[in-house]
Amino acid sequence: MNESPVAVLIEDDVQIRRFVRSALEPAGWQVFEADSVRQGLVEAGTRRPDLVILDLGLPDGTGIDYLRDLRHWSKVHVIVLSARSHENDKIAALDAGADDYITKPFGAGELLARVRVAQRRAAQLGGQVDSTFRFGEVEVDLAARVVSRAGQDVHLTPIEYRLLAVLVANAGRVMTHQALLNEVWGPNRSDSAHYLRIFMSNLRQKLEVDPSRPQHLRTETGVGYRLTAGQ
Amino acid sequence: MASDDNRPDPDDLLAQIRESEDRAARGKLRIYFGSSAGVGKTYAMLLAARMQKATGVDVVAGVIETHGRVETGAQIGDLELLPQADVQYRDRTLKEFDLDGALARRPELLLVDELAHSNVAGSRHAKRWQDVEELLDAGINVYSTLNVQHLESLNDVVGGITGIRVQETLPDTFFDSADEVVLVDTPADELIARLQAGKVYLPAQAERAGRNFFRKGNLMALRELALRRTADRVEDDVQAYRVDRSIGHVWKTEAGFLCCIGAHENSNHVVRSAARLAQQLAIGWHAVYVETPALQRLESAQRERILRTVKLAEELGATTAVLYAQEIAPELVGYARQHNLSKLLMGHTREQAWWKGPTLAYRLTQFAADLDLIEVGRGQSAQTQPERPSRTEGTVDEQVGVRAVPYLWTVGACALTTLIAHPLQPYFALANTVMLFLLAVVGVAVRLGRGPAVLAAFLNVAAFDYFFVPPTLSFSISDVQYLFTFAVMLGVGLIIGQLTAGLRFEARAATHRERRSRALFEFARSLSSVLMREQVIEVTEKTVAVEFRAKARIFALDMQDRLEVPMPGADDDGIDLGTAQWAMNHNEAAGLGTDTLAGSAWLYLPLTTPMRARGVLAVKPEDVRLLLVPEQRQQLETFAALLAVALERVHYVEVAQSATVQMESERLRNSLLAAVSHDLRTPLASIYGSSELLVQQTRGLSPAAVDLAQGIASGARRMNAMVANLLDMARLQSGSVQLNLQWQPLEEVVGSALQAVAAIVAGHRIVTAIAHDLPLLNFDAVLIERVFCNLLENAAKYTPPGSTVTISARLSGDEVVTTVADDGPGLPPGREEALFEKFARGERESATPGVGLGLAICRAIVEAHGGRIWVDAGSGARERRGARFHFTLPVGIPPDPPAPELDYQGNLGEAR
Repeated sequence: MNESPVAVLIEDDVQIRRFVRSALEPAGWQVFEADSVRQGLVEAGTRRPDLVILDLGLPDGTGIDYLRDLRHWSKVHVIVLSARSHENDKIAALDAGADDYITKPFGAGELLARVRVAQRRAAQLGGQVDSTFRFGEVEVDLAARVVSRAGQDVHLTPIEYRLLAVLVANAGRVMTHQALLNEVWGPNRSDSAHYLRIFMSNLRQKLEVDPSRPQHLRTETGVGYRLTAGQ
Repeated sequence: MASDDNRPDPDDLLAQIRESEDRAARGKLRIYFGSSAGVGKTYAMLLAARMQKATGVDVVAGVIETHGRVETGAQIGDLELLPQADVQYRDRTLKEFDLDGALARRPELLLVDELAHSNVAGSRHAKRWQDVEELLDAGINVYSTLNVQHLESLNDVVGGITGIRVQETLPDTFFDSADEVVLVDTPADELIARLQAGKVYLPAQAERAGRNFFRKGNLMALRELALRRTADRVEDDVQAYRVDRSIGHVWKTEAGFLCCIGAHENSNHVVRSAARLAQQLAIGWHAVYVETPALQRLESAQRERILRTVKLAEELGATTAVLYAQEIAPELVGYARQHNLSKLLMGHTREQAWWKGPTLAYRLTQFAADLDLIEVGRGQSAQTQPERPSRTEGTVDEQVGVRAVPYLWTVGACALTTLIAHPLQPYFALANTVMLFLLAVVGVAVRLGRGPAVLAAFLNVAAFDYFFVPPTLSFSISDVQYLFTFAVMLGVGLIIGQLTAGLRFEARAATHRERRSRALFEFARSLSSVLMREQVIEVTEKTVAVEFRAKARIFALDMQDRLEVPMPGADDDGIDLGTAQWAMNHNEAAGLGTDTLAGSAWLYLPLTTPMRARGVLAVKPEDVRLLLVPEQRQQLETFAALLAVALERVHYVEVAQSATVQMESERLRNSLLAAVSHDLRTPLASIYGSSELLVQQTRGLSPAAVDLAQGIASGARRMNAMVANLLDMARLQSGSVQLNLQWQPLEEVVGSALQAVAAIVAGHRIVTAIAHDLPLLNFDAVLIERVFCNLLENAAKYTPPGSTVTISARLSGDEVVTTVADDGPGLPPGREEALFEKFARGERESATPGVGLGLAICRAIVEAHGGRIWVDAGSGARERRGARFHFTLPVGIPPDPPAPELDYQGNLGEAR
């Protein structure tokens, strides 16, 4: 895979397209632009992209429509561009299959960080199966179901472990509260949303250096959680 | 179903609830009730009042009539006495109970002696009991005293026993509405002994009759009356109690009876008998007066007396009506049937001359054999004749002149008839000439009325005799059979004249009625077409001026439910907002011709609708008598009702319009917000992103250009923060923000807030000290994160780099108090509260950027969560340096935590 990775950018504002392109190209990306849902689907179908960057408000439909359509035939990593204070839009986009979101206005640095996460995930999905996952001082051995921190075993309850495993499997992605509840407790437990927060708090107590300022088990306020391995 | 019997009627219960609601706000009235002067009512009242005072009740004596009795005077003791008001009457200054003083003083309990007292002319109310009514309405408890002879329904009975009729009376309805009645009783012998010892005060008018009044027989009779009346009341209380406790059906919903008010002088007596009967039977009653054309012709003084009787019936608790009909009996029966009244009560029917037809009682039995008829005594003829309206000499002459004119015309008409008939004599038989004369009588009756018709009948007979019957030019007659002709001619003339005049009268009455209803119709039509209050007022003022020859002004309610003073116009002198307000609050007419401030030149009518009073109509007639005619007054009240409905309609039009405007502006605001949100942010996003990219890709750029790019980037970031703040504030203020409440730990949102502001607070040391025992809290994470971000940004903005910012949270009672404290220079004292207002900043002109919205947003968010936010300025003592912002969130009842689970090793998972 020597070819440079391909990104499809679907955004109706010319200035933002121009800026995103000039941020991505120096990082080795080949960028194709689209300014509508229809054209975006055509581009995604023909260019076989490694990444889709999607604005939620488009002239001929919403990004949600686009995602529903795209997810029928592609698992490509999708980053959604959204405005702050529209948490419901973000959740809807994530539920519809987006992997990540970035809030406008954003800087090139922020964008490139998210793009690197996408690249790493793509590499993991396609590459070798590594049964251990590391973040910070923590090492998770998925085969042996053992979690250690700075070499010391950490005792986790079954639910804590299941929650951690789901986050590890989706490392870098934003997981909505609902998605996590479904994965860990099954689809019928939406009434006990506070359980998730309590177990998350327990996980942080056990795995984070400063639980009140978590570095890896991040909160996406109003949306969900994300496990970040880098930095 | 079987248990239905002891279930109270829902209507009764509703009435009870309403009554008790009314009563809760009202003061309580206790009446000390006695059979005559000197039994010790005032003494008993003072005794009870002092006992109340001893238990700490705030008691004030409003007015006490000791009549110079030492024992009673001594009972006043240390009670606070309310100073009496000076009332100016003619050229004298009189002392009177000070109602406004009492209302201003607002004691818990007020003593007001002599409930039936008539106030000095010029006081607000004509009667003292009306003062008491107002005191009760204001929530003041009142003790008062009353003698049995002052009770309206017993007034004439007592008068019959003692030979003295008192003028000061109290309506029975008021007596019955008292919360408690305490009977003060003294046996007759003891009372006489006290009289002889000079301990009983006799009012001036009773002085003469004193000896008669205080005969033992009288006193015993009065005592019996007082005891009986009290017993009736106690029985009512028992009944009310039983209804309260739902002990079976005692409350009779059975129909009451109908009292027929007649035109005779003693109808007052009949009404009083009816009231007593109704009271004893504890049933409701109606009183009606049926006005026939014949009764309509009565003199206005007599008609006024009848209408006063109707009013008396109303005061005694009757539902009253004045009906118009050709004949009394069918109308009465119809009314009784319509209101489900099975008994008719009326005064004795006197023997009636045969030509007047059957008596009313007989007619009633003819119309409705199933109705019970109760005849009561009419009493003796009245002692007090209503005073005749005095007329000045000039008007008497004028009236005579006006009255004489038709008769002169009659004489002329008769002369003319004779002149016309005379030359025709040779051609017509005498019998036909008679016809001509009869025609003249009909003509006079039609044109000039009853009296002239009678005169014409006689004159024509005389003229016929003198000029036509042989021997002519003499009253003597040759043939006796002419006597028969004269008799028939006179009889036919009189009858035709009467009939024709009657027709004429009815036609005129019908015209008046028609004119009145047309006026109403016109008024209603012009009101129905207007849409603005000003137009309603204009239409009304114009119509009243035409219909009643009176000035009208309208006090309408404005949007804040206050009475608006009408636009000043000519001739407004004497119009008074205070009286209008009184009429409005009490829902009663006031001013000219009413019981309240009768001396005013204006009549104030409240404009009542089913919903509420909408204002007051003030009317100042050119001629006062015009408004006192019952029909006119009734017409005016109908006008007022129409006007009230029109005002209410206009009010709702205004409400609907303002609601539409509000909805429209809300819609506009929302679309504006959406537009700003999108259209402002998209360019901002590209400015920020592009400039930041320039800063990063420094290759090929001069250092100066990099600086410029940096400036653009930070400016764009600030502008974005500002737009975000403005949008947040607008959304919070429009109330369109729906809180997304979730149970969650506070710690989590602190973490995410610190992450969000990491770049801004990078130069500061942040310490978190969040208590570990905090429960889960129910809040909107996004909004509370905004609060933390704003507080942290503020701390970073107003303290030098390197300062320490501490975030702490602890449980305090039923709320969690969170504090963001810094060790910077603090805030200028005295502006703590102003900080949370929009566009406020610590210093007036600061180089530090940022629109002062952050704290206002914090406050809006925290208050939406049911918490509080405040600040310790902290610029004082050294150890408390630095600003400390606190906010609270209520704890509530968190949901159950998950059950503890076992880990793989079998240990409880909660171990850390």
